[in-house]
Amino acid sequence: MSKSPSMTAPVVGNTSGGSFTPAAPGAEMPQRRKLLLAATSAVGAAGAAAAAAPFLASWFPSERAKAAGAPVDVDVSAIEPGMLLRAEWRGQPVWVVRRTPEMLATLDAVKPKLADPESKAPQQPDYAANATRSIKPEMLVLLGICTHLGCSPTDRLAPAEGWAGGFYCPCHGSVFDLAGRVFAGMPAPTNLVVPPYKYLNDTRLRIGDDSKGA
Amino acid sequence: MSRIVAAGQGLVDWVDERFPLVSTWKYHMSEYYAPKNFNFWYYFGSLAMIVLVLQIVTGIFLTMNYKPDALTAFGSVEYIMRDVSGGWFIRYMHSTGASMFFVVVYLHMMRALLYGSYRKPRELLWIFGCMIYLALMAEAFMGYLLPWGQMSYWGAQVIVNLFSSVPFIGPELSVWIRGDFLVSDATLNRFFALHVIALPLVLVGLVFLHLVALHEVGSNNPDGIEIKKNKDPVTGKPVDGIPFFPYYIVKDLIGIVVFFMVFFAILFFGPEMGGYFLEYNNFLPADPLQTPAHIAPVWYFTPFYAMLRAVPAMFGSQFAGVAVMGAGVIILFFLPWLDRSPVKSIRYKGPIFRSALAIFVVSFLVLGYLGVATTDVWGKMPEILPIIGGIEVATIVSRVLTIAYFAFFLAMPWYSRIDKCKPEPERLT
Repeated sequence: MSKSPSMTAPVVGNTSGGSFTPAAPGAEMPQRRKLLLAATSAVGAAGAAAAAAPFLASWFPSERAKAAGAPVDVDVSAIEPGMLLRAEWRGQPVWVVRRTPEMLATLDAVKPKLADPESKAPQQPDYAANATRSIKPEMLVLLGICTHLGCSPTDRLAPAEGWAGGFYCPCHGSVFDLAGRVFAGMPAPTNLVVPPYKYLNDTRLRIGDDSKGA
Repeated sequence: MSRIVAAGQGLVDWVDERFPLVSTWKYHMSEYYAPKNFNFWYYFGSLAMIVLVLQIVTGIFLTMNYKPDALTAFGSVEYIMRDVSGGWFIRYMHSTGASMFFVVVYLHMMRALLYGSYRKPRELLWIFGCMIYLALMAEAFMGYLLPWGQMSYWGAQVIVNLFSSVPFIGPELSVWIRGDFLVSDATLNRFFALHVIALPLVLVGLVFLHLVALHEVGSNNPDGIEIKKNKDPVTGKPVDGIPFFPYYIVKDLIGIVVFFMVFFAILFFGPEMGGYFLEYNNFLPADPLQTPAHIAPVWYFTPFYAMLRAVPAMFGSQFAGVAVMGAGVIILFFLPWLDRSPVKSIRYKGPIFRSALAIFVVSFLVLGYLGVATTDVWGKMPEILPIIGGIEVATIVSRVLTIAYFAFFLAMPWYSRIDKCKPEPERLT
């Protein structure tokens, strides 16, 4: 066995005469022992990290949870002008509002007070990144979840004092207009999300799927 | 008779040869010398321990009938309340106990602020205490989801979404915490596991460390001077100390009796405490499609919740508010190093520190109120005012008080040093 260079001063772990002499407190460890300790610790730490991985991974959504995201179909023919229909998609509320011409007229008027009037933030599919944030101007489709902390805002579609109507989040007071655009200075940083959707025909709407064809 | 005594002594000796029974008893009880001038404020440590035991025992019994399943959780709690013999009593003990835990812990922390119990050499003691407070908040939050009522659901939704504002990893992080894309059965199940086993273990462990640290450095007292500095030269015991057993055991028993009178008065006559201990909306089953018209956390979180609401979105993100709220709790950990006053106790601190503490307490209480109230509770500022015109009064007040809350800590190194303190006495008064 070759002697490591630093093993000059205290002979540690000497087994002469069959008796074990422990290292004196504060004595320097031989280089070889330091290396062995470091190597063992590193392997142990790697093993612990590897063992932790499945536990941490178990907190991610399960395959079943991931699969439960099927699109839902909604019949919009029954929605009267100025009324809101609440649908459920992926366990979350989706609002479908048939806006009246008066409601649509407010969208331009409130623009100066909005945080993102042109819907620049990617909170909607490209086909809804327009002045009304919708495919058909009158039909608004929104995910009814506040972009602040996930409460479901209340609809206040009728004009109230100093407000043309829209959505109000009861949790932290964020206010949105009739296209789900957030007013400036609100806790919510971005406009409400427009989910992917498409029209199957004039009255049937599919939420959660905007693929072309069939 | 003497033979029974001898047999008892024999048993103690037998154990003592195998386990440090007598020495532990002496070290922590009969020869643990505590300052002789403890007052009213010194009840709350032992009361917190009593409430912890109460929560563990009632919690164990609740799990015997509770079902951690999104479809059956709400029903199983109602089953406990209506059909299980004594179930309402156990459940109300647990839900009232949660609020009372925070009552005694807040008073216990107030005591530390008053008498400088966080100062050297008790920094670690204080830090263990802050960790207990953090663990307790997590425990209370997760427990509140379990009845699966409307407030359970939407409260969890809001708090878990706080994590989604963390830069870069936020959205993934909140999905990871929930185990789903929204608060769901997976969330309920894991919160149950954390609430009934993981966090109680952490809490009990931290309380143990808190006590070990306390008995190592010894208790502080209303005068904020060290009794260990003045020991009897013959016995080596602190002249101004009295043994914890029997003297303070007896004192604490009085406190416990009075505490239970209050506790059971609440439990029997107003277990929901007008909606503050158990919110009315939580008696409705969780509905993921409909947020209740007014949601607020339970009272013990509301000061921090008010801070969250006070901070506007910045740079298209609500992270600033979340960071302020988190900082409001974390800043407590640094208190031992922020206070540079030459004295510990409020009795000898000067007018600046006293005023600062008063402002801090008022800020905390008013923020607590504003966290329960709706943002429009005090109406809007008149439109004619510059800058603040048209903004909710409550929002402005929350912002001012949030600044006051942080100023108490951040300016402390400065104002605690320039304050005109009175000299500390040599002996306890």
